[in-house]
Amino acid sequence: MRTVYCDNNATTAVAPEVLDVMLPYFKDLYGNPSSMHTFGGQLHRQVEEARAKVAALIGADPEEIIFTSCGTESDNTALMSAVELQPGKRHIVTTRVEHPAVLSFCRHLARKGHRVTYLPVDHLGRLDRDAFRKAVDDETAVVSIMYANNETGVIFPVAELGQVLRERKVLFHTDAVQAVGKLPLNVKELPVDMLSLSGHKLHAAKGVGVLYVRKGTRFYPYIIGGHQEHGRRAGTENVASIIGLGKACEIARARLREEEDRVSRLRGRLEQTLLAHCPDAQINGDPASRLPNTTNLSFRYVEGEAILLRLNEHGICASSGSACTSGSLEPSHVLRAMGIPFTAIHGSIRFSLSRYTSEADIDTVIEVMPPIIRELRALSPYGRESIGHL
Amino acid sequence: MWDYTDKVKELFLHPKNVGEIEHPDAVGEVGSMVCGDALKLFLRIDRATDRILDARFQTFGCASAIASSTALTELIKGRTLDEALTISNRDIAAYLGGLPREKMHCSVMGREALEAAVANYRGLKAPSAAKEGMVCQCFEVTEEKIRKVVLENRLTTVTEVTDYTKAGGGCGSCLPRIEELLREIWSVKPTELPREKKKLTALQKIALIQDVLEKEVRPLLQADGGDMELIDIDGHRVIIALRKMCVECPMGGVTLQNIEEKLRELVDEKITVEAG
Repeated sequence: MRTVYCDNNATTAVAPEVLDVMLPYFKDLYGNPSSMHTFGGQLHRQVEEARAKVAALIGADPEEIIFTSCGTESDNTALMSAVELQPGKRHIVTTRVEHPAVLSFCRHLARKGHRVTYLPVDHLGRLDRDAFRKAVDDETAVVSIMYANNETGVIFPVAELGQVLRERKVLFHTDAVQAVGKLPLNVKELPVDMLSLSGHKLHAAKGVGVLYVRKGTRFYPYIIGGHQEHGRRAGTENVASIIGLGKACEIARARLREEEDRVSRLRGRLEQTLLAHCPDAQINGDPASRLPNTTNLSFRYVEGEAILLRLNEHGICASSGSACTSGSLEPSHVLRAMGIPFTAIHGSIRFSLSRYTSEADIDTVIEVMPPIIRELRALSPYGRESIGHL
Repeated sequence: MWDYTDKVKELFLHPKNVGEIEHPDAVGEVGSMVCGDALKLFLRIDRATDRILDARFQTFGCASAIASSTALTELIKGRTLDEALTISNRDIAAYLGGLPREKMHCSVMGREALEAAVANYRGLKAPSAAKEGMVCQCFEVTEEKIRKVVLENRLTTVTEVTDYTKAGGGCGSCLPRIEELLREIWSVKPTELPREKKKLTALQKIALIQDVLEKEVRPLLQADGGDMELIDIDGHRVIIALRKMCVECPMGGVTLQNIEEKLRELVDEKITVEAG
């Protein structure tokens, strides 16, 4: 059975060109870039080349790029550095819809005595700007607001928020894990002090992330040990993955515009057809400001896990905000923050596309999905009720 | 991805006994759309013998909820109501070759639908319809239900109660109440401890430390899936190793601090706790 992979916000396929440049580092070139001998030391140059390519994708200087092990480490590091260096400031501002890498870390800091403000969003997932302006005070150590939401794809006005924070001299971090490689993004024009990205979300391998730290921003390392990354992140470099990430960024930079258009058209066809063929369905998230690859749809009266497992029978990979898929009994915190009714959250499905998504993939989903929804609704005691009823 | 048995997958993809019965003799409805799963059971009953002639269902929920509904209807068809009522949620889970721990509440929902249908047939009030005694507001779980499921399945931890009934799985504000209920059900009285700290011999002190750890500390850690082990006592130094969930818990340091506070309060102010 052919796999139809529509879960690219979870992880992406490693690009063939990326794999090609990585392979030698698993075999012949296994040295340690910190070694004095040429065999290992020569890898240092390759790592620096990769750093330059990553920097180029986001308009940074290479020395502003710190390689980490993943997006979560980048997020944790940014927040930890901010609070470590400003012991007098005990307040953090973030949003209710952040990724757990930020949200859980903020809860951890709250247990240690920090005050955390979680900014609300409206029914379309848009940030409450008034709440944002009111939340920041003299005690605020750092504001961490994601660039784009992983579940709904909703994009936050990071440039505008950053401008406010720059004037008020408050440190600003953005989790741009879902945005980098999908949207053009340039830190020269974006007033952020720190930015996180993750390799495996843009067709590089798992096990490598990046924390961008703007020149002049005070920084305190989270992982302490050797002198790697100029003492800013200890631990022997994940050479193969770093070099792969360099290649992935190079490709993303060259193809971004064209892919953005193509993927966005596919997404449009997918969601418009599904909405037309499945009654009682809705888009979750602001259609005017979303990542081009993401659609989050709610199908009322059916449960998300059941939909996913039926899709799975057809080789289609997607994800859901339903409680049953979360490992806990809690449905998606993002959709709940948006005030989406539980009846719609339980039946929410996210399709996230990539440069490898084909017209044929979309055809398959469009063909398979409506009968699945019909069949599951036929099983459901709520199948014949109208939206107005609940 | 949940680790479902082949039986669960089969009965999810090809459910049996789906749909309504026209003019049913009994209907049992449990759960709600807000909670994330709901089951409506229809029965055709031979009034002379009380035998279930046909059973059908409509279910809103995940794969295990749909499979549990098929299991329930297959298990009760052909039985008398009294025979059917001997079927427990564990029988439903067993029919499916087992359910993931977090999904046991689906089997409980099956058993509840049966009770509701029988109550409906006999003209009684549905057992879970009562609003009083609500412990978990998020998932509308009553104290009565928790007590019943705890006894039937011999549940001892709060996590288990959540897996089987969903209680405490939402906002979590009822977790202390569930803990209290468990203590009550299994008659674990809070340890009676000496009010005044007497001068203890070294041996008495060791015994008291062990007692406090056993009765005061471990049950709390176990409730969160963790545990600890006493490694050594060296004068005022108590060496402890965290086990299970506590090992990976980022709050491990806080846990050790709390244990230290407890021992200082109840045994000796000079005690220090270290990780072993």
